[in-house]
Amino acid sequence: MVTFILRRVGVMVLTAICLTFIVFFLTNLYPNLEKLAKTQGNFRMTDAEVESYLGRNGYLDPMLVKYGRWIGVWPGWVIEEEGATRGRCIEPGQPPEEAPRFCGILQGDWGFSTVFRKDVGVITGEKLALTGWLMLWVMVLMVPSALMLGVLAGMREGSRTDRTLSTFAITTTATPEYVSGVLFIAVFASSAVGLQWFKGTATGAVDKPTFENFFLPVLTIALYGMGYIARMTRASMAEVMTAQYIRTARLKGVSFPNIVLKHALRNALIAPFTVIMLQFPWLLNGVVIVETLFNYKGFGWTLVQAASNNDIELLLAVSVVSVVVVLVTQLISDIGYVYLNPRISVS
Amino acid sequence: MDPLSWTDIFLRIAAQLAPVWIALIATFALSITFKRRLGLYGKLFDSPIGMVGFGLVMFWTYTGIFAGAFDLILTHDVLDQSASMKNKGPGTPFTQMMGTPDPNAYPYYLLGGDNLGRDVFSRMVVGAWEVIKIAPFASLFAFMVGITLGLPAGYHGGRLDTVLSFLANLILAFPVILLFYLLVTPEIIQTGIPVYMAAVLFVFPIIFLVLLWNSRFHTQPATRNLYVGITLLVGTWLYLGIAWNADPLGIVSFPPNLLVVFVAVVFVNAPTVFRIVRGLTMDIKTRDYVAAAQTRGEGTWYIMLWEILPNVRGPLIVDFCLRIGYTTILLGTLGFFGLGLSPESPDWGSTINEGRKLLSMYLHPALPPAIALLSLVLGLNLLADGLREESLRD
Amino acid sequence: MAEHDAPILEIENLSISFFTRLHEIPAVMDFSVTVRPGEAVGLVGESGCGKSTVALGVMRDLGVNGRIVGGTVRFKGRDLGTMSAAELRAIRGREIAMIYQEPMASLNPAMRVGRQLMEVPMIHEGISRTEARARALEVVGDVKLPDPERILDSYPHQLSGGQQQRIVIAMALMSKPSLLILDEPTTALDVTVEAAVVDLVKDLGRKYGTSMLFISHNLGLVLETCDRICVMYSGEAVETGSVRDVFDRMQHPYTQALFRSIPLPGTDKNAQPLKAIPGNFPLPHERPTGCNFGPRCDYFRAGQCDAGDIAMARIEGSDRHFTRCLRVAEIDWTAPLQKTGTVEATPPGKVVLRIENLRKYYEVAANALFGGGGATKVVKANESLSFEARESETLAIVGESGCGKSTLAKMLMGLETATDGAILLDNRNIEQTPIERRDTQTVADIQMVFQNPFDTLNPSMTVGRQIIRALEVFGIGATDRERRDEMLRLLDLVKLPREFAGRMPRQLSGGQKQRVGIARAFAGGARIVVADEPVSALDVSVQAAVTDLLMEIQRKQKTTLLFISHDLSIVRYLSDRVMVMYLGHVVELGTTDQVFAPPYHPYTEALLSAVPIADTRVKKTHIVLEGDVPSAMNPPPGCPFQTRCRWKPEVPGGLCEREVPAIRELAPGHQVKCHLSADALSCW
Repeated sequence: MVTFILRRVGVMVLTAICLTFIVFFLTNLYPNLEKLAKTQGNFRMTDAEVESYLGRNGYLDPMLVKYGRWIGVWPGWVIEEEGATRGRCIEPGQPPEEAPRFCGILQGDWGFSTVFRKDVGVITGEKLALTGWLMLWVMVLMVPSALMLGVLAGMREGSRTDRTLSTFAITTTATPEYVSGVLFIAVFASSAVGLQWFKGTATGAVDKPTFENFFLPVLTIALYGMGYIARMTRASMAEVMTAQYIRTARLKGVSFPNIVLKHALRNALIAPFTVIMLQFPWLLNGVVIVETLFNYKGFGWTLVQAASNNDIELLLAVSVVSVVVVLVTQLISDIGYVYLNPRISVS
Repeated sequence: MDPLSWTDIFLRIAAQLAPVWIALIATFALSITFKRRLGLYGKLFDSPIGMVGFGLVMFWTYTGIFAGAFDLILTHDVLDQSASMKNKGPGTPFTQMMGTPDPNAYPYYLLGGDNLGRDVFSRMVVGAWEVIKIAPFASLFAFMVGITLGLPAGYHGGRLDTVLSFLANLILAFPVILLFYLLVTPEIIQTGIPVYMAAVLFVFPIIFLVLLWNSRFHTQPATRNLYVGITLLVGTWLYLGIAWNADPLGIVSFPPNLLVVFVAVVFVNAPTVFRIVRGLTMDIKTRDYVAAAQTRGEGTWYIMLWEILPNVRGPLIVDFCLRIGYTTILLGTLGFFGLGLSPESPDWGSTINEGRKLLSMYLHPALPPAIALLSLVLGLNLLADGLREESLRD
Repeated sequence: MAEHDAPILEIENLSISFFTRLHEIPAVMDFSVTVRPGEAVGLVGESGCGKSTVALGVMRDLGVNGRIVGGTVRFKGRDLGTMSAAELRAIRGREIAMIYQEPMASLNPAMRVGRQLMEVPMIHEGISRTEARARALEVVGDVKLPDPERILDSYPHQLSGGQQQRIVIAMALMSKPSLLILDEPTTALDVTVEAAVVDLVKDLGRKYGTSMLFISHNLGLVLETCDRICVMYSGEAVETGSVRDVFDRMQHPYTQALFRSIPLPGTDKNAQPLKAIPGNFPLPHERPTGCNFGPRCDYFRAGQCDAGDIAMARIEGSDRHFTRCLRVAEIDWTAPLQKTGTVEATPPGKVVLRIENLRKYYEVAANALFGGGGATKVVKANESLSFEARESETLAIVGESGCGKSTLAKMLMGLETATDGAILLDNRNIEQTPIERRDTQTVADIQMVFQNPFDTLNPSMTVGRQIIRALEVFGIGATDRERRDEMLRLLDLVKLPREFAGRMPRQLSGGQKQRVGIARAFAGGARIVVADEPVSALDVSVQAAVTDLLMEIQRKQKTTLLFISHDLSIVRYLSDRVMVMYLGHVVELGTTDQVFAPPYHPYTEALLSAVPIADTRVKKTHIVLEGDVPSAMNPPPGCPFQTRCRWKPEVPGGLCEREVPAIRELAPGHQVKCHLSADALSCW
């Protein structure tokens, strides 16, 4: 078990390195740097000005050197200019001698966001907390209802309940967040329809989440994922219900509710469990869309801001976070699978 | 003129869609008549769900083709703006701020005007064309890539599998939207990276076909050379035109901003297809007919392409339908974030994005494209479901 | 036998149909059988004859599409057909219990064995958890499982196949039912394990006084376990009666044909070829009018047999012996089988294949999911095999699962390379040449016929195309035209109509598919054919035809046939020499006569005694082996068979547990791997 986790962590680190390097490479391509320089300086900069701005901020060093600096295995740049010494690792107002030579994520320094003009670590932490809150409610709403839907539909395959629930599930998987969100706002929040049960924006939910301003974003994300999980559960449940051991149970004289609860449920939940865990990274997409749509300033919203302004270090932090989320959920799903499924033993 | 009533609007839309109805009725009549001779496609017409799905998909396909390629159906040009029609509701008579409208112009905005005074109905039907011309082909390319890599990974296993699976998982670990934001920008087009990616991705169909012919006909060199030769000739020509925009004959070309969208969508879909194909291959390779082929000394590509691939076609066809749906959603996502396609483009994602900004006041610009996208994707999912059910039966 | 008691189960004129979208498919028609207290009734027939449907009909568990369309099923006088769901539930498990074919599939994988057992009395008798557990312990002891406490706390996958089947039996007995339905309870098990399970079922039946309905396709097994038998064909019972009557004085042409198509001791491929039943099993919606067996019957008379429905008729002066044949009085049942012409035995030619000291070890990860990190285990699949095979000879390789016969086949084919030793084809070494490096001639020379007919053909390619592909690969025929002609000739060779060339495999029956597989194997003029259980998945009547076809082609083409099988009856019938394998070792090798007569290796002895034989005249010594075949991953030290050998005490000094015995020659060409002295071996 320990070797297994170590191996997985190894793969995780390797994936994170590859992934961040790709992000690093793409964001450090010259046209992107030029865009960065112009947003930081002004849009009428000449090519020479752009070049000198980039040079002064260490952007023109070789790619690997820059990446090494970000990781924290290569000394940060130091430039003496007009008598003052500036450097990647020198805080404003700090004497250059006292500044550390390395400042990368290994030293716990996630860099500085050019958009928000704040420490990346701080921003990421704040925004993650906000999004975590959103995700929590999404899970609370999505998982139980999806499982219930799936089990009810799958326990009598082909019945009327099954048909109805399956059609509902298919419809939700066919409705991406930007469609369902728009529909919900139109129906429940716009003045044109006039129901106005909920708020069409979740800006206020950052400080004070209420049912009124928070329910629509949560519902929007949950609905898209719900159909998928429900369909998986249904397929799994339907398959289990045709298994021989269910016939065995039936011919032992076990009643139908007990067959479903005692014999079928655990076996039927093995497959969807993996799916639920793998939903997390997928939910991230929904989060980005919904946070943009409802103007909820969380992690997804930050991603859009960082990406559209080529905020390199913030983007890198965002990628690290998402890769960690993806891989940790994979790990949990594997381990959980083992505990749910007695057929696989842990040596 | 007075605005139209809702009944009039529906009737007029229905009349406007007449070519689509004719095509649909013809398709269904022919298919149902000959359904016993049409294999899996014919069986689809035994399943109500499959028929509804197929109907929805074909509705949008025909709408897209007629509107986009033949200029039928649509009532106004999708880019024409009329300042006096800004945010006007459905059924409003067509007017222009300056000058008199062309007497031949359609007298109404059937579904109203958007914030720039463009006709919502026309933009919606042409939006179907934007999807139809990208989604199926992008899915097809993703399948070619996924199959060409997934078969050997599943069949051979070992190190090759480890490396390929790692790469697939790497791409899947990216949040799709981050990937789009990184890839589908004007700056990236400047660097030429999409072209290189296209160069790599688009070579797979050629590899796929060459392997397919070679493994099958290597015992008959003459036939093999003919097939492989034709494939290479046509393939290279299309490849140069599409990926490098360097068709020596100057016929095939691909606009760069469309290319980047295409590449990004293929890139995002291919790893999933890879995983599916790999899993199916691992299952089928234990069958006796595969062992029989091995004991005849067949090459590995013959076994993969001719013994295994035809027998996993069922799940792959089903996934293909779902994947077109997913690609449609991805294209919408790109449009929603204003990535890739031009800002004026009538694609559904962009229209939804523009419409949502005024959603609390005006519903009509955002709802039609949203419902259109929903119904197309729903149709594809229902179609996939019908196919799955029918292929499992008997 | 309690003749006077009221019957436990009475099935009268039962008809069951399945309804699909297009039509009604009658699965069982006009079926009657009676089971009396303490009686065991066997239900015999080929696959698709409706025997399992009868069982499910009794249980009223026919699924959504199945329905009883006529007749009654009475259990202890009560009509099961009119019972409510709750009444049925009360009977299921308590009064009628069922044992299934696939023990692994019929146990809930996510529930401990104990809970699954305890559930039965807790539902039906409302007893407490502790009481139920005590009962479970008792019953698990009754089914002779060691360490009941541990067994109750384990999950099904932690038990071996034999143990799982014992648990299923225990579960059926938990509430002491009056009727036990066994649906092919041993088909998935190895022969020696099967023998033990059958023994157990018989003993328990006697102990608990349970009546049994025993469903099987194996006549030998029914003879060993049942008092009465009912033979089914195509949805109908064709003959019922006591086992003695039906086996020795059969009164229906189908029963007779069935017996003539199975190899019994004394039959021989040259002296007395098997007589296959001509034609095919009719599909449910293609049944003929009149007698279903008519089109395949030797005694068929037009106008009489195909006139209308035929009812069961009682045979005069018998004990409830019925038959569904109109001509029963006219047929001379004692007439001996007409000799179909004996065939000259072909003398074996020169040695074409020689195996010397062949070994194959695999390294496997100790744990599939969390593996890769270090610990690997070595599986010794084959240990120093040595033998030779001659032209036109049939060498049978016999053994239970895990004995290494499939690994041997893979090495011959070049799908695996040997760890050590040599495979010589015409004195050329090929053991280290994987298939992709073998030249076309070598590949064409050694071909294989596979076990599972449903898996051996590519489902999405026509039959003709698949044979032509083999011809293409083996470089036969210069043009497409020539290859096509050759393909048609091959179809003739395997006695399939030429129009089959354009058919898809799903349109063929199992036997026909197997013929295509044989045609494909012989496409390149194979000189050595490895047949891996080629008929074990086929019905008995088809088995004979396919076996004879294989023999005929072999004779014509002077092929060396390596016939891998676990079915000793068929091995005895067709092989010239026999090689017995156990856990990767050859434990005995000799001519068929030498192996099937004493002195035996102790394992051969047990194997022979375990095989059920459908002949009332054969009396066997009864040897039941304890336990299961050990895992090849974890073989016992010393002699591989020592854990189950009943002669181990005869060898002094615990030699069996320390040393692998050396190969000894008992007679010219007869080798045995055993520590027992030659005297001791020949004393039985």
